[in-house]
Amino acid sequence: MGEFIMENIYILGIESSCDETAASVVKNGTEIVSNVVASQIESHKRFGGVVPEIASRHHVEQITVVIEEALKQANIQPADLNAVCVTEGPGLVGALLIGINAAKAFSFAHGLPLIGVHHIAGHIYANALVQPMEFPLLALVVSGGHTELVLMKEDGNFELIGETRDDAAGEAYDKVARVLNIPYPGGPQIDRLAHESDGEVDFPRVWLEPDSYDFSFSGLKSAVINYKHNADQRGEAINPMHVAKGFQDSVVEVLTAKTLRAARQYNVKQVIAAGGVSANKGLRDALTATFNKEGIPFYVPPLKLCTDNAAMIAAAGTSMFKAGKRSDLALNGRPGLELLSWNK
Amino acid sequence: MIWLGIDTANSPLAVAIVKDGKIVAAETRNMKVNHSASVMPAIEDIIKKAGLSPSDIDAIAVSQGPGSYTGVRIGVTVAKTLAWTLQIPLAGVSSLKVLAANAGIYQGLVCSVIDARRENVYGGVYNSAHQLESVIDDGHYSMASLLEKLKEIGQPVLFVGQDVDVFWQQIKQQLGELATRAPYTFDLPSAGQLIYLAEQVELPAVEDTHNFVPTYCRLVEAEANWLKEQKEQKR
Ligand SMILES: [Zn+2]
Repeated sequence: MGEFIMENIYILGIESSCDETAASVVKNGTEIVSNVVASQIESHKRFGGVVPEIASRHHVEQITVVIEEALKQANIQPADLNAVCVTEGPGLVGALLIGINAAKAFSFAHGLPLIGVHHIAGHIYANALVQPMEFPLLALVVSGGHTELVLMKEDGNFELIGETRDDAAGEAYDKVARVLNIPYPGGPQIDRLAHESDGEVDFPRVWLEPDSYDFSFSGLKSAVINYKHNADQRGEAINPMHVAKGFQDSVVEVLTAKTLRAARQYNVKQVIAAGGVSANKGLRDALTATFNKEGIPFYVPPLKLCTDNAAMIAAAGTSMFKAGKRSDLALNGRPGLELLSWNK
Repeated sequence: MIWLGIDTANSPLAVAIVKDGKIVAAETRNMKVNHSASVMPAIEDIIKKAGLSPSDIDAIAVSQGPGSYTGVRIGVTVAKTLAWTLQIPLAGVSSLKVLAANAGIYQGLVCSVIDARRENVYGGVYNSAHQLESVIDDGHYSMASLLEKLKEIGQPVLFVGQDVDVFWQQIKQQLGELATRAPYTFDLPSAGQLIYLAEQVELPAVEDTHNFVPTYCRLVEAEANWLKEQKEQKR
C-alpha cells in the first residue's frame, strides 16, 4: 500500500464588503502565504464615516491591483490555485459586487471553482490562521455591524445563540465618538482614552432577560448622549476620558459576562473573539483575564486579522471547499446574508 | 483577432463576440435583469456558443459609462479582471457613443439620452455624418440645459435611447420640428457596435488595465459637498 499524501490546498480569497479592498492566498486554510489590504480609511475620514458610493468607486480602482499583488507575493500562478473564495455578504451591496464580479471573472478565466463566503464566518476563521480551532467553540463576533455569540459544535457548523437587538457594539462606539467630537474612526481613540483615564462616569449595564445571550447598546448610547446634554445645559464641560472609560467599561463588562456564561453553559473547549472591535485593548484584556481565570483557552487574532482582510475569507473558504461547497457564476452580493452551516 | 464586448451600463445587458471583423455571436437583453448575477453567465454562454474558451479572447471592449453607477461598475469590473488576468488589452467606449452608433446611417446630429433622475440626463451629441465626432461632450446635464444647447446649434437632431420616452414631450416643446425620435430598434446598446467602435482607436497597453475606471460624469454628492466646503474655508 502506498502512502496517502495529502495535497496542499491553495485558495485565493477576495474581500470588498466595506471599505477595504483585499486579496490573499492561504495554504490549507491555516497558513497565510500573502495578505494584501488596500484601506480606504483616509478617503472616508473626510466624511466622518464610510460613504457607500465612494467605497464602491475605490474598490473598482483597487481590485485587480490587490489580486495581482497577492498572487505576486505568494509567487503563485492561477493554475496552482484550487479555488477562488469571495465575500458574498453581509456588507454594502455595491461594495460586495466588485469583489464578487472580479472573483467570478477570475474563476471563469482560469476554470477555477468559485465559493461565496459569509463575512462573519471569515472573521471567525481568522483564528484558524493563528491557532487550530477546537470544538465546541464559542465565538464572540464584534464589529461595526455585528455583535453576536456564535456556537460552533464542529467545523463549518454555526449556531447563533445571541445577537444585538439594536446597535452593534461598533456602532455604539462610533456614535459615542461623535458625542465626544472624536474624528472617525473613533473606536480606537475611545479605547485609548479609557486606558489613560483616571476616573469614570457610571453608565448603566444592559443585561436584558437573565437567560438571554442577546445584547442591547442603544440605552447605553442614549445615557452617554444625555450625560453630555445635561452637562451642556448646566454649562459644564465633560471629561471625555471619564466618559470614554465609563462607556467602554459598560460595553466590555456585558460582552465579557455573557460570553463567560455561554462558555460555561455549552462547555466549550475554546473561546475566540473576532471582528474589528476585537482589536479593542480593553475588551481583549478583560476577555483574556476572565478566561485565564476560568481555565478555558481564549484566543483573539492579531490586529491585522481582526479588521477586514481576505485571508480570513480564504480560511473559511477552505473549510467550505473541503466540504464540497461551490457557487456558480450567478453568485450575487447578498447584503443581508444569513450565516448558515456548511457542515450539519 | 477575437473580441469580447460587454455593456451593462444601463438596464439592458449586451454581450458579443467579434472575430476578424465579423460578429460571431451577439446577445442583447432588455428584461429587468440583475447584471451582477447575469453578466458572467451571459459571457460564459456566448463564449461557449462561439466554440471558444476564455484564453482565445484577444481583446475586450467595455461600455465605460456614463449610466447606472452600479451597472457601469459591474461591466467594468468583469472586463477589467478578465483583461488583466488574461493579459489582453481593454478598450473602453462611451456608453452614449455606443447608443449613437445605432444611428450611424443617419447623416446628422444624434443625441443619446440616459435618464439620470430629477429631470437630469446623461447625454451626448454626436455627428453621424462625421464618424460620430463629438458635438456636445458626454456629461450630466439638466434636460432643459442640454436642449438649450441643441437649440443654439439649430440643426435637426435624432434622439436615441429608451429613456427618450421620459423626456419626449419636453424635447418636442423646446426643439419642435428639429427633434426626431429614433425608432425603437435603435434604443438598445449593441455589443457589436461597441466592439466596432473600440476597433477604430489604438488599443491601450495591457499594463494600463489596472488604471481603468468607469466614466461617471458626476462626483458623489458627499464628495461634491466636501469640495465646496473646502473652497469656502479657503476664502
Ligand atoms: Zn468585518
